[in-house]
Amino acid sequence: MNPKFNLSCSTAALTELRSFLQQKLAFYRLSEGEKHQVTLAVEEVCANLIIHSHACNPKEEIQLEVKEFNKKIIIEIIDKGNAFNLLEYQVPNLNQVIEEKRKGGIGILLVKKIMDEIQFESKNGKNICRLIKNFQP
Amino acid sequence: MLRIEKIKEENNDILRLIGEVDASNSVLLDQSIQEVVQQGTSFLLIDGKELGYISSAGLGVFMSYLDDFSERGIRFAIFGLNEQVGEVFKILGLDRLMSIFPDKSTAIAAQHES
Repeated sequence: MNPKFNLSCSTAALTELRSFLQQKLAFYRLSEGEKHQVTLAVEEVCANLIIHSHACNPKEEIQLEVKEFNKKIIIEIIDKGNAFNLLEYQVPNLNQVIEEKRKGGIGILLVKKIMDEIQFESKNGKNICRLIKNFQP
Repeated sequence: MLRIEKIKEENNDILRLIGEVDASNSVLLDQSIQEVVQQGTSFLLIDGKELGYISSAGLGVFMSYLDDFSERGIRFAIFGLNEQVGEVFKILGLDRLMSIFPDKSTAIAAQHES
């Protein structure tokens, strides 16, 4: 199966993204819980990009690729929007979220808790976010 | 896909979530909770037995109401989450901020005890 996937920048496409990830992750020795969580983390990053960097314009696309290297699953998320560096993003604490009644902000917190490593680079207008999870060989 | 069923049982309002909550449909969850709050309730239960997935968009909806619930004296509980969905609540520590029960009867029993 093709390890690449083009995601249209519409929240309605998130269902397709989840089925792509479930199929890809099925090849790896991860528990059902870990597969669920990695799927969630990737979706959180993509939903963020769709909404904040691409204003939900379904004509724009995010490219995904699932790779394996040295007992790590690497999910590469590539887009050409305004760069969003989640490594620099200051995650809110839960009390802040509750007090301010904000409905966002905890997605990136989930990503940081779920993934083993996060890399981000942006050059020539292209942003690459890599979400990395270790697995048992 | 998300479907939400509203059930009234005695004085309890139950929202049964069927399917998946993500950024495309969390507004439905928001509206359903808003309606129950506006109609007036003393105990709102979320039935998560058929909830297969929830992203931060949905979790954020619950969190945005927690202050409202306590100000209005509304009790709020979630029950029946499957293992994977329950784990997502735990990763964020939401299990300490919300009352989460294995099933409806324990959720209702806990309400009567306190």
